Amino acid sequence: MSEITYRDALNLALKEEMRRDPSVVVWGEDVALYEGSFKVSRGLLAEFGGERVLDTPISENTIVGVAVGAAMGGVRPVAELMTVNFALLAMDQIIDHMTKIRYMFGGQVNLPMVIRAPGGGGSQLAAQHSQSLETFFMHAPGMHVAYPATPADAKGLLKTAIRDNNPVMFLEHELLYNSKGEVPDDPEFLVPFGKCDVKREGKDVTIVAYARMTVLALQAADELAKENIACEVVDLRTLAPLDAETFVVSVKKTGRAVVVEECWRTCGLGAEIATRIYDGCFDLLRAPVRRVSGLDVPMPYSRKLEKLCIPQVADIVAAVKETLAAKY
Amino acid sequence: MKETSLRAILPDHELVRMYEQMVLCREFEESCAEQYTKGHITGFLHLYSGQEAVAVGSTHALHKDDFILSAYREHAQAIVRGAEPRRVMAELFGKATGICKGKGGSMHLFDPELAFMGGYAIVGGQFPIAVGLAFASKFRKEGRIAACFFGDGAVNQGTFHESLNWARLWELPVLFVCENNAYGIGTSVERSSALADIHKRTCGYDIPSVRVDGMDVMAVHAAVKWGAEWVREQSRPYLIEALTYRFRGHSMADPGKYRAAAEVELWKSRDPLPAFAIRLIEEGIVTQAELGAIKQEAIAVVQQAVTFAEESPWPEDGAVWEDVYV
Repeated sequence: MSEITYRDALNLALKEEMRRDPSVVVWGEDVALYEGSFKVSRGLLAEFGGERVLDTPISENTIVGVAVGAAMGGVRPVAELMTVNFALLAMDQIIDHMTKIRYMFGGQVNLPMVIRAPGGGGSQLAAQHSQSLETFFMHAPGMHVAYPATPADAKGLLKTAIRDNNPVMFLEHELLYNSKGEVPDDPEFLVPFGKCDVKREGKDVTIVAYARMTVLALQAADELAKENIACEVVDLRTLAPLDAETFVVSVKKTGRAVVVEECWRTCGLGAEIATRIYDGCFDLLRAPVRRVSGLDVPMPYSRKLEKLCIPQVADIVAAVKETLAAKY
Repeated sequence: MKETSLRAILPDHELVRMYEQMVLCREFEESCAEQYTKGHITGFLHLYSGQEAVAVGSTHALHKDDFILSAYREHAQAIVRGAEPRRVMAELFGKATGICKGKGGSMHLFDPELAFMGGYAIVGGQFPIAVGLAFASKFRKEGRIAACFFGDGAVNQGTFHESLNWARLWELPVLFVCENNAYGIGTSVERSSALADIHKRTCGYDIPSVRVDGMDVMAVHAAVKWGAEWVREQSRPYLIEALTYRFRGHSMADPGKYRAAAEVELWKSRDPLPAFAIRLIEEGIVTQAELGAIKQEAIAVVQQAVTFAEESPWPEDGAVWEDVYV
């Protein structure tokens, strides 16, 4: 085990998989010479050379589409979109091509490819650079979607993503890049897809979260513990496949659930989680599922306003207390 | 071209094979139209009649393992590459025996064994995928090129420009082949492109290009032969604009009223099938009787394809969940 950052854990995953498998290549805007806008690809060009680490033009749709073709042709591309916001320019290749090709061609071809995309809000980057689009990807069948909360999960999930023979949308939270945690050194350390991680056990209420929201949920759980409220924090880790079984089992135990989502509330992934909970254990619920969500507005720039739009620890604490106070 | 004898270019059996394929494609498409009116083929159906010289001339000029990608008017491309007509017809019928198990339909034919890498129905969607396949070939040192077919309408999509730039920048072996049939559904090239000479649009990307008569199978063959080898040797993209015409509407839903009758008749007088047949007869490569036999054989193959499709089973319900993930 080593204590490293989320950024370095991702970097290590890329290096280990590129060493293990010579068909893994990396490309994106400024990933090679500049070593990535967030420096996740630091050292890759030096170690693996320009044939496997390539800078691209600013052509997001084509960054994804070339990866689709390369994957079809026997290469395992890891394409970086500088931020997830730019994925909207690539939605045609992501949704119309990447997720559908295997199915519409009758299963005759696999697309072993990863799209890495940093995102999330909280850095005052305003409306066009602060989006949480995870629900968009989760909505479409045909790809896996991972969104790690910790450095260990970041490494283990990215390695699994690169080895996956399905296309993977790999989301990274920009505010977590500098977060630190213990990460296994073993190059065969993998985190499976479709398995939630119970990051904290508790008997009173289940908090379901992902990525940075998991980090906030754990902080909220610490605060609530001071008032003798025991929260169980379930980290989704992958949004697709969605491991409903693990969070339903948790809610069956606690009888209460708060779902925390950074995305917009309307049709947000929290609605899907809540539905799965209702489907799985309606009769055991002691309160309605509560959602703590991003506000349904474009992200404002002003620090004061931005804070209102993104779930905060205090919001989660309040939601847990409201859930516990509910009498049905 | 007319001065050069066909025999100086290709052996007799290949020339005859090319003609057979053109006839087969025409009969296949006309049969599709009939099956559509009967309700056996549903959804969108875009027919290739009139454009056969492009698919046949090109495919015979490529290596068998070169990648071919196309758009949604691609039945002929797949069949000429080697897809069994009966399995293509079964796909159009939505049957389990179809080339994609009935999941793709008319617009999404695919067979990796034939390096036929797909029919794509988002205009311009195949450009970056072709670039990616060319990257894979170069990265893996396979010596294959990616031949990317597309219509005149696709050149105004962003992916066209992004992919031209990318292929030139990374020096990738992509042969872009524009099948300019003069209309994107009902909008003519002149009404959609500021520069209607599509082959000239590669100038901004330092990519050479040529315009060729897409109704002349041997002219297409010559252009693709030269272009493909240049692409392969230079590991650089090249673009061919083939001027052609679809004899039918954009799809079966389109009566084609935006085209003047005289224009359609003019192009039909340049039908690539009889034009090639005359040359084959003039050079003594086939007889009139053999031409008749070729047509009868094509009709029989297509009829067998229809029978096969009719008699094939529907997919099992469980198939709906298969092939989403590995």
